[in-house]
Amino acid sequence: MKKTYKLIDLDCANCARKMQDAILKLDGVEDCTVNFLTQKLTITAADVEALMPAVVKCVKKVEPDCEIVM
Amino acid sequence: MTKKQKKMLARILIAGALLIAAHFVPLEGLWRLPLYLIPYFIIGWDVLWKAIRNIAHGQVFDENFLMSLATVGALVLGEYAEAVGVMLFYQVGELFQSYAVGKSRQSIAQLMDIRPDTANVERDGEIEEVDPEEVEIGETIVIRPGEKVPLDGVVLEGSSAIDTAALTGESAPRDVAVGGELLSGCVNLTGLLKVRVTKEFGQSTVAKILDLVENASSKKAKAENFITKFARYYTPAVVFGALALAIIPSLVDGRWQMWVGRALTFLVISCPCALVISIPLSFFGGIGGASRKGILVKGGNYLELLADAGIVVFDKTGTLTKGTFAVSEVHPVGVSEGELLELAALAEQHSSHPIAQSLRAAWGKECDPERVADVTEVAGQGVKALVDGREVLAGNAKLMASLPGWTNGAAAAAVGTVVHVAAEGKYIGYVTVADQIKETTPKALADLKAAGVRKTVMLTGDSEAVGRAVGAKLGIDEVHAGLLPGDKVDQVEKLLASKGPREQLVFVGDGINDAPVLSRADVGVAMGALGSDAAIEAADVVLMDDDLSKLAAAVSIARKCLRIVRENIVFALAVKGLFLVLGAIGRSTMWMAVFADVGVAVIAILNAMRALNVK
Repeated sequence: MKKTYKLIDLDCANCARKMQDAILKLDGVEDCTVNFLTQKLTITAADVEALMPAVVKCVKKVEPDCEIVM
Repeated sequence: MTKKQKKMLARILIAGALLIAAHFVPLEGLWRLPLYLIPYFIIGWDVLWKAIRNIAHGQVFDENFLMSLATVGALVLGEYAEAVGVMLFYQVGELFQSYAVGKSRQSIAQLMDIRPDTANVERDGEIEEVDPEEVEIGETIVIRPGEKVPLDGVVLEGSSAIDTAALTGESAPRDVAVGGELLSGCVNLTGLLKVRVTKEFGQSTVAKILDLVENASSKKAKAENFITKFARYYTPAVVFGALALAIIPSLVDGRWQMWVGRALTFLVISCPCALVISIPLSFFGGIGGASRKGILVKGGNYLELLADAGIVVFDKTGTLTKGTFAVSEVHPVGVSEGELLELAALAEQHSSHPIAQSLRAAWGKECDPERVADVTEVAGQGVKALVDGREVLAGNAKLMASLPGWTNGAAAAAVGTVVHVAAEGKYIGYVTVADQIKETTPKALADLKAAGVRKTVMLTGDSEAVGRAVGAKLGIDEVHAGLLPGDKVDQVEKLLASKGPREQLVFVGDGINDAPVLSRADVGVAMGALGSDAAIEAADVVLMDDDLSKLAAAVSIARKCLRIVRENIVFALAVKGLFLVLGAIGRSTMWMAVFADVGVAVIAILNAMRALNVK
């Protein structure tokens, strides 16, 4: 399953890269892109919903002010 | 400017004013510290706060931390004005950067603003305004002049001119009438249309195109991957470099203050932001600019490959030629051209064969069935008929064999299908029917060569004679004719083996039954794909209409985009490298270093935006 979420206040391109790296390391994530330009997060995984808490953590860790629109 | 940006601007102005004011206060030594700390905290509190918070999260090498370390270090060394100034510069740069990126994002988003917001659907005799996603197949929607077509459908009532520029880049409007197909994303210009919806929004042309362009940035170009890798090592390397610079020379000469000061300058330049932002932005801009011209590029990697296009392989029918037959030559013997065509068209008037159709089209008048009688088809040869009471033969050379003393003569060298005509046992000439070369093809080929394509190749399933003739007329370097679909793959394999090390092979087809070749080539281009899902699926680059000149445009867009990418990489690396060296030998102040960091990022972003400007 592939899902796309909008990100708010993703301020730096380098941070987007770090988030993507962190999310890709999560168990169960098949693919992930954090697109700074479209401000979108795309995740492919068997069960995206279940992974979301961990994903949010990755995002917050890099940029605490960044919100994911669920 | 967003609210956040306005707030930052206010902070910058206040801190700037306080910094200048502090300069004129007559205090000495440590007493000056609190004076400078006020503007320092006004401008830098969030950077300090983020730095502390991120360390708690285990994110050490982030720019907030590095800026904090650099400026706190400057404060400790007693360089108060410098500390405030650097923080101020940094925030100005960040503000400008976020503004520039926001603007670029907006202009690209605007470019792709083809998503319709609402659809006027007719339900129970009333017109309701709903989200296009809620409309089902078979429902009727009403599109007023000036509105976007929200969903794909067939016109039930009305006629209008349609602006397809958003999909094809073609500025001349297209006419539609009852029964005509309408694609979402176009704009209805003149008349009110009632349309029966044929596809759900998710499957509609506009949704597909948007999806494709938005996902294009996930297929990364080599240059992008290089930057990502580079960014991973650059920051730690510079930080350790700074550490070494602070400690090693100091141990030798004991001038700790000087070397630590120089090391702090290093930290300021340690963020790879200029590259990390501007490279993807350049590709994004290139893809966005191309899509405005009706060229869909499915990823930055294809843009990169397209820029190195060395061999372009064309399918003939439907790509170089129109794929429709038309009369190309008329050679009458002893009669006028009009008479020859008239007799041929009348004799063939009942046939639905494409050749008969093109004969009738060339004559251009209504066929009167009263004038023709006794039509007999001679299998594999042609037709015999009585036209105005005269016996007319129209067909190939075999049919003419019954004529006394007839020879094929000049017609043997003719390209295409030859229709010989005889009346009352007398040969009156022949008409050649051939696939037509598109008007735009010669210029497109010339443009491709001018853009640096080394070799053009044509593959066709058509006969050797036709293939050679078309190839010679267009000046194509290599022609392979008489190929079965499988042979085309073999030919492409051979060409792939023969190409130079940095050359890429581009295959251009109409997307119909050439999927294997499209996927085998380095870049597969499908053209005339508007409305053809299979072609959009199979190709790497999609030309929305069948104008071959778009291919040359795509190559030059790709070239320009890659040039910008290279400029940015070289420029950013050179400036940063220069300042690292200057910093190490004490020739660069921290102020200059801040410029090297954010200034370069801003210039690179502005440069990246040029990729969006497509002529």
